[in-house]
Amino acid sequence: MADRYIEPDSPELRARWGNFAWTAENAEKAKQIVARYPEGRQRSAVMPLLDLAQRQVGAELNTQGWLPIPVMEYVANYLDMPIIRVVEVATFYTMYNIAPIGRFHVQVCGTTPCMLRGSDDIMAACKAKGLKKGHTTPDGMFTLTEVECMGNCASAPMVQINDDNYEDLTPADMERILDELAAGRQPKTGTQLPGRHTVEPAGALSTLTAMVNENHDYRGEW
Amino acid sequence: MALADKDRIFTNLYGFQPWNLAAARQRGDWDNTKALMERGQDAIIEEIKASGLRGRGGAGFPTGMKWSFMPKESPKDKNGDGRPSFLVINADESEPGSCKDREIIRHDPHKLIEGALIAGYAMRARAAYIYIRGEYIREAETLFAAVQEAYDAGLIGKNASGSGYDFDVFVHRGAGAYICGEETAMIESLEGKKGQPRLKPPFPAGAGLYGCPTTVNNVESIAVAPTILRRGASWFSSFGRENNKGTKLFQISGHVNRPCVVEEEMSIPFSELIEKHCGGIRGGKDNLLAVIPGGSSVPLVPAAEIWDAPMDFDGLRALGSGLGTAAVIVMDKSTDIVRAISRLSYFYKHESCGQCTPCREGTGWMWRVMERLRTGDAEVEEIDMLFNVTKQVEGHTICALGDAAAWPIQGLIRHFRPEIERRIAERAGDVREAAE
Repeated sequence: MADRYIEPDSPELRARWGNFAWTAENAEKAKQIVARYPEGRQRSAVMPLLDLAQRQVGAELNTQGWLPIPVMEYVANYLDMPIIRVVEVATFYTMYNIAPIGRFHVQVCGTTPCMLRGSDDIMAACKAKGLKKGHTTPDGMFTLTEVECMGNCASAPMVQINDDNYEDLTPADMERILDELAAGRQPKTGTQLPGRHTVEPAGALSTLTAMVNENHDYRGEW
Repeated sequence: MALADKDRIFTNLYGFQPWNLAAARQRGDWDNTKALMERGQDAIIEEIKASGLRGRGGAGFPTGMKWSFMPKESPKDKNGDGRPSFLVINADESEPGSCKDREIIRHDPHKLIEGALIAGYAMRARAAYIYIRGEYIREAETLFAAVQEAYDAGLIGKNASGSGYDFDVFVHRGAGAYICGEETAMIESLEGKKGQPRLKPPFPAGAGLYGCPTTVNNVESIAVAPTILRRGASWFSSFGRENNKGTKLFQISGHVNRPCVVEEEMSIPFSELIEKHCGGIRGGKDNLLAVIPGGSSVPLVPAAEIWDAPMDFDGLRALGSGLGTAAVIVMDKSTDIVRAISRLSYFYKHESCGQCTPCREGTGWMWRVMERLRTGDAEVEEIDMLFNVTKQVEGHTICALGDAAAWPIQGLIRHFRPEIERRIAERAGDVREAAE
């Protein structure tokens, strides 16, 4: 199991987050989310609502957001479920941050397919930039995590930073991406390999060549 | 004989063209879906059965047969009210090496949504929930948008595609737990709980999501269904060997010159797959060390055995491995093979849900021993002990994660025992030298 430690409840935490409530926009979203599940089964919405709450906390703090206990209590009340069931979910799934986090969550994939393509060097590039695994940089900018397979194996190695993936990385790409983010610019997402589009064989397309320049309809050839 | 582009199902696999409804329609999706549904539920299931389609999520269970397990009349609860049936689509793609469902979802989402309607109709389901892994954030955005497009065009929802059948499609995002790819863990997660697998029986077709009849299918299995119906079972079954029919998305990662995802004919020889699409092994054929042919859960196969092997369920099982999700992880001779497998052991330790003791304790234990074998800090007898422990974890847990953690280690010991022993001997020699 993953080693995870929840930020303990404290008077300070209560003072800061005790009055958490949806923003008007998120209140609307929360309603739509609950409507996806059958009546009486609103508990199914706990995962999307925790994500929504985490994003709202993140927006308030200008970080990636996390889930203080009082915020979990708010979600529990909203869905009329016991708080412990919400804490169980928040601690079980690794995408819920249960302790404060930086502005950019740098998640380097280290599982075997990425490892074979050089994820050690990507990790080293992060370290060279002052990031430390499991820690947030002193300026609060970057939190570095080694994560398990992210499903980008044919364009490995990769890193997910906040909501975007950067694939086919070299250590130089990694350093450049961190520099650009620190400077407030948005680097190109997706593959970093020049000339590659997504997950096709780079530079030597072996199939579906007709699709490159037009939305080809193959039905005429059936 | 190679698969021709006209026989590829996922023509926008690489996303050179837009994913949206207008573009998808131009490629042939949602073309008179109503007519497909008018063939009737039983006829659809029979066609899928006849096509020989086996589940694309790893286990390879015949898809048509799975659909036929769903009740034809909704079972009654104790108040005499009918219970709805559900289709759950497994898009929780997290098996190391697998990266095909992501391409379907972000580049061809309408194939999946149309498939959801047809499959859901065939099994008499009221709605489909597509459970997409949490880390696929942009992919989920695309999927939400594509579902909305389909609703707006009247393709799903009330009177879906003009068929008179009401069918909803909902997207549910996971939050980073590999185990939710196991069907009953996925159902638990959809119900808002920790993703811990359920004991079977009852099987989901009897009591699944919210206690209602449920079928869980992989994204690829569902997304190919409309094309199979349009082109006929005999078209699909003209590819691949007996019992291993159809086309398949292969995902090749690791030490090839051009890693890629590609749709090919089932049973294509490994060598052809690599030479034709991936530009060969890095450093040439002689530089190949071993291959994990079906995602991290299946045992590795050494170079000599894999080269001419047909890439299908039975061909790889004959080699003591499996097709799994057709995630082909290639390792050349520069690979630290013990570390490569040890890293997978770490993965399973990280992803064990903690419910069953043999898995919760065993995955951590196996990883720690693997790490010692990696550096040679072990006794030769411990190799057998590790092998025995993997045998005690295997088959003694509720779900297959325990098995999946055991098999890669068993494969390593079976094929690379001399390498492990060499490391132990070398380190022992170093220690002696230092002592002298």
